[in-house]
Parts: sequence; structure tokens; C-alpha cells
Amino acid sequence: MSPPPSDSTPHISNGSDAPDTSPAGSFEAELAKAGANVRSRRGMAVFLARRYPLGGVGLAIVLLFIFVAVFAPYITSHDPLSTNPAISLGAPSAASPMGTDFMGRDLFSRVVYGARTSLAVAFGATLLGVLFGVLIGLASGYLGGWVDLTTQRFIDMLQALPTLILAMAMAAALGPSLVNTIIAIAIPKLPSIARVIRANTLSLREMPFVEAARAMGMSEMRIALRHILPNTLAPLIVLATAGLGTAILVEASLSFLGLGVPEPHPSWGRMLSESAAEYVRTAPWLVIFPGLAITLAVFGTNLLGDALRDLLDPRQRTSN
Amino acid sequence: MDSAIQDKAAGGTQPAAAKAVLEVEGLKTYFFVRQGVVKAVDDISFSLAAGEKLAIVGESGCGKSMTALSILRLVPDPPGRIVAGSVRLDGRDLLTLSDADMRRIRGNQISMIFQEPMTSLNPVWSIGNQISEALMLHQNLSRQDAFDKSVEMLKLVKIPEPARRAREYPHQLSGGMRQRAMTAMALACNPHVLLADEPTTALDVTIQAQILDLILELQERLGTAVVLITHDLGVVAETAQRVIVMYGGKKVEEAPVVELFEAPLHPYTQGLLAAVPHLAAMSGLAPAQSRLKEIPGIVPALVNLPKGCTFAPRCPFASDVCRNEFPPYETKQPGHSVACWHADALLGGRHA
Amino acid sequence: MPDGVLENPAATVGVPVLEVRDLKKHFPVRKGLLRSVTGHVYAVDGVSFSIARGQTLGLVGESGCGKSTVARAVIRLIEPTSGEVRILGRDILSLNKEEMRASRRQAQIIFQDPFSSLNPRMSAGEIVGEPLLVHHTGSNKERQEKVAALFDRVGLRASQMNSLPHQFSGGQRQRIGIARALALDPQLIIGDEPVSALDVSIQAQVINLLMDLQAEKNLSYLFIAHDLAVVEHISHRVAVMYLGRIVEHAEKRALFANPQHPYTEALLSAVPVPNPRLKRQKRLVQGDVPSPINPPPGCHFHTRCPYATEQCKRDVPPLVEVAADHWAACHLRKPLPASVLSDAGD
Repeated sequence: MSPPPSDSTPHISNGSDAPDTSPAGSFEAELAKAGANVRSRRGMAVFLARRYPLGGVGLAIVLLFIFVAVFAPYITSHDPLSTNPAISLGAPSAASPMGTDFMGRDLFSRVVYGARTSLAVAFGATLLGVLFGVLIGLASGYLGGWVDLTTQRFIDMLQALPTLILAMAMAAALGPSLVNTIIAIAIPKLPSIARVIRANTLSLREMPFVEAARAMGMSEMRIALRHILPNTLAPLIVLATAGLGTAILVEASLSFLGLGVPEPHPSWGRMLSESAAEYVRTAPWLVIFPGLAITLAVFGTNLLGDALRDLLDPRQRTSN
Repeated sequence: MDSAIQDKAAGGTQPAAAKAVLEVEGLKTYFFVRQGVVKAVDDISFSLAAGEKLAIVGESGCGKSMTALSILRLVPDPPGRIVAGSVRLDGRDLLTLSDADMRRIRGNQISMIFQEPMTSLNPVWSIGNQISEALMLHQNLSRQDAFDKSVEMLKLVKIPEPARRAREYPHQLSGGMRQRAMTAMALACNPHVLLADEPTTALDVTIQAQILDLILELQERLGTAVVLITHDLGVVAETAQRVIVMYGGKKVEEAPVVELFEAPLHPYTQGLLAAVPHLAAMSGLAPAQSRLKEIPGIVPALVNLPKGCTFAPRCPFASDVCRNEFPPYETKQPGHSVACWHADALLGGRHA
Repeated sequence: MPDGVLENPAATVGVPVLEVRDLKKHFPVRKGLLRSVTGHVYAVDGVSFSIARGQTLGLVGESGCGKSTVARAVIRLIEPTSGEVRILGRDILSLNKEEMRASRRQAQIIFQDPFSSLNPRMSAGEIVGEPLLVHHTGSNKERQEKVAALFDRVGLRASQMNSLPHQFSGGQRQRIGIARALALDPQLIIGDEPVSALDVSIQAQVINLLMDLQAEKNLSYLFIAHDLAVVEHISHRVAVMYLGRIVEHAEKRALFANPQHPYTEALLSAVPVPNPRLKRQKRLVQGDVPSPINPPPGCHFHTRCPYATEQCKRDVPPLVEVAADHWAACHLRKPLPASVLSDAGD
């Protein structure tokens, strides 16, 4: 009931920059942690870049795509939608660095504007998934009882289907539109987010600091928002970032299958499907450039997600 | 392999310490972390005679556990590394052995009991199985012989129905039983030295008493030398013959147990003894005053310690020399050495 | 004398700060697919005591004896199964949610583990100020001042208010926990092993702080610990628990000098004494604490008791007054005759 003192004090992932190495004994670990925090912000950044070079690369790639999406009109002078049959299937040239497609649209500007679609869908779906996933997970873990039972069965149901199949079914049911694509991709994200939040909530609910909050007369709602939620942020950020890549890929797949973002929004996935079968031999740039864009975007978000997981979630780190 | 031991023994043992079974000299174990160098064990020397009971006492982070792990060469590397010193077991320097030779020694000639028996036992193997493993590895017993010996060991540590318990798994045993099983495992190969790292800290007081009794009884029966690592001065007083006090990675005092409790020389030891409440009715000591004596300040972080005595920031007697230079170990009474610039003054003050 | 169980051992003047009568907490044990209840853990099984203003009751026992459950049940962090809990004379078990929330300011709790008892994402100042915020006490500025005063009182610097918990040492964190408990000016503080996780040299600082605060603010403590020496030092009265029941309860000197229950005796004999000249005592008990799921019948201690009789295996011994103001639940101790009791009671 009341264990005698032990060197292994329970730690919850507090998201602070726990040192990469902690000497045995929680006291040293704790102090090392404290020592890490008082350092300057710049020292911190240098340390992070050194320790997670791939994470830095990932972050750079993601920032690049965000930059491209935001400043698309300034990056390319061509309208991605204007057709010109005269120059259809043109090879890359000075005027169109990535060539043109079968309708004579400038591929470079379509890839650039495609970043807008991809990122809008990826961030939108992630945000939506996180929002509802957190709500479900928090309610499920904190309230328990029948709320927990029903939501868990619902989550089980969602999780029984592979992400793409579920997203396809949802997209087909909702009909093609940007918003519907976002919803269709967000729904398969719910189970993993809700599960992690629920598990965290269950363990946090028993923490003495939550008991202390209850003992001081704090309402359950406030405890959930002030004491539980902030302590689940670290795993949440990790999950959300790692999910960005999947969202980009699922969007491309849906669009490839004609279930995703409809015209006129340029979408990397649809660019592939429009050209893959017919022109892959005659105009390979139509496949290479959108494909590269998808690969790079997914690669970048995955690198960033991995680095964040290492950084924020000590449980994933090799223990010593 | 045997000839190697003899060579080392012939060349390495000093005649003065001939009967010492374990000799640690100038041991330094550092951790290289982002914030700097953690001097977890900083220049520790001691020797342990065959069959002796030595206690290492100190607070969390003082380096006492890391000393034991260093002796066994179980320091997590990286970030930790034994950077200097020697650890001679029966005259043979463990720090120069190959990993394979070291494995032959661990659990065989020197073994360890940990604080938390639940996490130190493998949950998927039965108790008997785990004890057998060490016996099969080190003593080349057959599976059946090893298991029979395990049951015998469980009987030795007074586990009721040992034959049945040997087939049970760690979670089926109570905390006290698990620590008995750990002890059985540690003693199975009849080691010369047993390192017990807070063996009773996680246990209730009535169970703690039983386990301490058990360790002492077996120690006497088997002639094993014991290094008991603990923070509990009561446990030290009841079990040890000699005591080493550690603070901030360094040995600050070493004395026979009665002398340490009755005439401590280091201000830290004095403070520690005064800070602990004791049961007036049982200890034969006067009841503690209404206020306990405090040691001000906090236990220091071992990262980038300032030069000088590690205890100086909390010490009532600290002077400039204390803050600048770590004091040398000096023997003030037979068998009683201390690292304090003001030990003579403190000694004189008490005699006056 | 069946009434003895319900009678309150502590004779006090005025309304006790905390009064507990026949408190029970049984946790259902669920098994199988249908989560059907297969048994109960009798964590707390009929516990009565009271604490007067400015007094400390030490509650000791081994792990699993139910002392932490008592700590949580008396402030309804766990809902008791039955019994009566009065804080300053008011029955708190009959309060509804809102009333309970408002009355929580009278009793606060300090936890064992200084690492998990503070929200790692809040600054020390926010943690200490939070109770004031929850109870809408004072203006923003007044709250700030109160937090600074609390920091000063528990021995922390006000400049440390913006630091996060992990930037403090264990002892300092426990001081933050104490400051948080003091923020609402409670009458009663429950300490659930508040010094057990601390280093020896830090433990003395925190014990002294708690005792100074008690003297200053006339606080009452329910102090839960397994370290008998610490309990002897800090308490006025001591109650010993074994498997959900109080087996002995007395003024501390009487209890430690003259234990009446064999379990108390065994506990005292097991404590290692920091005096190397004393011979190790003969240990009185063997074996482990039985599981509270199926506790032994009769006196729970009979399985380990060197003096157990047939009656002990059968009948539950009532907690009776075996000497003036000294209560024990043991068949081998005879209650004081009624005439002596009435004399001693005055």
C-alpha cells in the first residue's frame, strides 16, 4: 500500500529534454535533467542538431514544403490549371523545368500547387484526428465505465480495417471533395490517437498530483484539462507528426484511385494516375516529379516524427 | 585459466594484504554525459578480509551502488566507464580480465543481491530454473543435479516447501520470499564475496529483520565476505564490523562500526547520526530532542563538482582550505581514517 | 464488550479535528469475462480514531495493512464502503459533490513520492497557487503574495517560483508539496509517508519543518509511515494497523515503552537500532503478511503470533482499553474493569 523508498521513482514522460544518458539512480538522472534545462536555447538547438541530424533534415524538408505551399504563387509564374494543347507532353525545358502534361499544363507549377493540397489534407486530417482522438481517449480513460466500454468497441471496429481500405470506404461514402478527403483520412487516425491518450490518461489518473488536485477541491473537468491533457502532449505530438507522412500517402493513394481530392485542385496522386499508364514511357517526367514530391514529403515527415519520438518519449529510448 | 590466476596471485598480491579477499584501489568510475563528467565513484579504496562484514553507507547518488557495479564490471557503458583503479579478487585484477573471464567470475566467485527482487528475477523462468542456470554455468552440473542443488539452496534460505517453490515463478512469491530466492541464487556457487545492494530497502520491517538474519547466518556458515550497501544506519549498526561512509562519490570516513557510531570524525557522519530519529525505548539511547539536527542544504549533484571537499557547502566547520582542496585520507586512530581538514580539531574538541 | 469497537479511543477536549468511526473500505475483486465480483479486499475493516487540534496521530503498519487507504478514505479521495468521518464535527460522507469540494480546504494531503506528486508541466509557483485559484481566494496579486509567503515559510526562495519541478531536488519538491497543502490554511494535514522517499539528511529538515508548522498554526496531522522511529519522533499518539484493523492505539510513550499487542512488540523488535553495542534481538515473528483478500479468520495476526491460542483463530478480538488510555485488540489482554475506567477517564 505504501512502498518503502525506492531508487526507481516512477517517471512519467514529462517531455522535458531528458539527457541522452542518465547515470543509474534517479537522483543523478533528475539532476542531469535539471542541468539540461538551465542551458541556453541556442546551446539546446546546437545539441539537438548534433544529436538528431536526420531529424534536422526531416524538419528542413517539412519546412521547405510548407514554404512552397504558402508561397506557391511567388515560386511559379504559370497557372497550374491553364491548358495549352500546343505544348502538351513537353519535355523539361527552361520555360517548364519539369515539362508539361498531356493537356499542356506546366508540371512544375502543378507540383508546387500540389503541395498545397497535400499539406492541407495532411495537416487537416491530422488536426481533425487529434481533436477527436483526444476527446474520445480522454473521455474513455477518465470517465471509464460504460463510456469506456462502448468507445473501446467502436475503436476496435475502426482498427479492424486497414487504413487505406477504411479511408477508401469513407471517401466513397462521402463523395469526392477536399473536406471529405480530410474527414476520410482523419477517421482511420482516431484509433491510435484515442488508444494512446486513453492509456496515458489511465496512468495519469492515479498519479499523486492528480489526487492532490482532487484533494484541493478541483473539478474533474479542470483536472482533465489542466493536469491530464498537458501530460499527454509529448506522445501526442509524436503520433501526430509520424501520422503526417501516412496522411500524405493515403491522400495520394485516394487521389490515384479517383476517390480523393477532385479537380481543379492539383494533387500529386492524381497526377500520377492521369499519366502513369499511358505516358510513363513517352513522358517519364510526368511520373518522376510527382512521385519524387510524394516520396520526399513522406520521407521528411517520417524523419521528423522519428526524431521527435526519440526526443519526447523516453520510453522509446534504449534504457541504461 | 587456473595458471593465469596463480600467476596474477603470485605477482600481484602485496604481502601486507595477504588475507584480503577483495582489494579495491583508487577506483574511479565516471559517467560522460552532456552536462559534463559525473564522478560517480571517485578514488575509492578499501579492502575486505575473508569472511568480513563491511558496510558502505551513504545517501542516494553518493556512488555506493556504482562502487558495487564497478567491482562487478557492470557499469552501463556508455555513458559510464571505469577510468582508473584496480579491483583485486583473491589477488587477481578483475579490471584487466577479458569479458569471458569476467563472466566466469560473476555469480561464481563474487555475486550480488539487488534491492528489488521482482525486477532482478526473470519473470518467465521458475525460481529453481534460475538458480540451476548459475550452477550449470559455473559448476558444470547436469540439469537434474543443478535443480536438486537449487532445492537444497532454497531450503538453506528457509523457504518452506522448497521442492514445490522451486517450480514456481517470481510473481507467485511474496517480496520476502523473492529476496530469499535471490539470496539463494547469489550464494549457490559459494562465492568468496557477496555484494548486497540495499537488500532490504524494499521490504517491510519485520521481513527486513528476517532477511538480515538470514544473510548474517549464511555469511557465518559459508564464510562469505559481505559488502552491505545501505542508507540505513540501523542496519549498519546491526550487521557490519567495519563501515565506509561515502559522500559525493568519495569515501569520507572508514572505521570499525562501534568507533564510527561513538566517535565519528567526519562532520557528515556526525550530522547523519544526529539527523536520524531513533526509537528511544529500543535503542538504549536518550530520546531525540524535540528538533532533529538538520544537515542544511541539498545532496550535491555529481556533475561538475567544484574542487575541494564535496561536503564543504553543507559543513558547519568549512573553511577556505575545505573549499579549495579535497582533504587527504588520514588514519587518526587504528583502523579509523577520515578525509577532513578539521578532523584533528574535531577529535581534540571531543577529547577535551 | 462489542461496544468497545465503536468507542473512540482518544479522549479529547472539544470537537476533534478528525473523528473516524468504524471506517470500512472493501475493494471488490473482479475476475473473468463478465467481471463478476469473486471476493473483496478488506483494505480497511472497521477503523476508529480521532485527532484533537494541534495533535499528531501516527498510523503505522507494514505494506498492505491499509494505512494509505485510510489516508485517502478520510478525505474521500476513495469513497469509504461504510463508516463515519467527521472533520471539525461535520460528517463529510453525507456531503454532496459541491459541498464536498468546498469543504476540502479544511483537510489537505502530502504524498510520499516527491517526484510524481507534482505536475511536471506546471511551475512551482503555479502548483502552490493552484488551490487558491480553485477556491477563488483573493485577487491575482494577493494570490501571488500568498504564494511568495508560502515559499518563504517552507524554506524555498521566491525566485524559484518559475522553476519546473524537475529543477528541484527531492527535499525541495517535498517542500513544494507542503506549501501546496498549506495554501488553503487547512486544519488537518494528512501525510502519506511524507518523508519515506527522502534521504536521511533531508528527512530531518522536512520533519522539523512539519513540526514547526504544527506548533505555529496549531495543525493536526494524520501521519502515516512505516518508519517507527520517525513516527515516535513526530507523533503525540500512535495507532498500529495490521491487515485493515487497528490492533493497538495509545499515547506514544506508552505504546513504545510498553506495547500491549504482540504485533506491536514484533514490529518494535524488528527495527534495526543504530547502536552497534546492542545485541541483535531475537526476532519474534516469522513469515509474511497474509493477503488482505482472504485474511485469516479471528485475529488476523494469529498466523504469525508466537502466543496464539485457539480463541485467536476463531474470534476477532475487540479493541479494548487494557490500561489507562491504552487500547489493544488482543485476546490475551484483559480489559480494565469498569470501575478503574471511570476513574481513569476523568
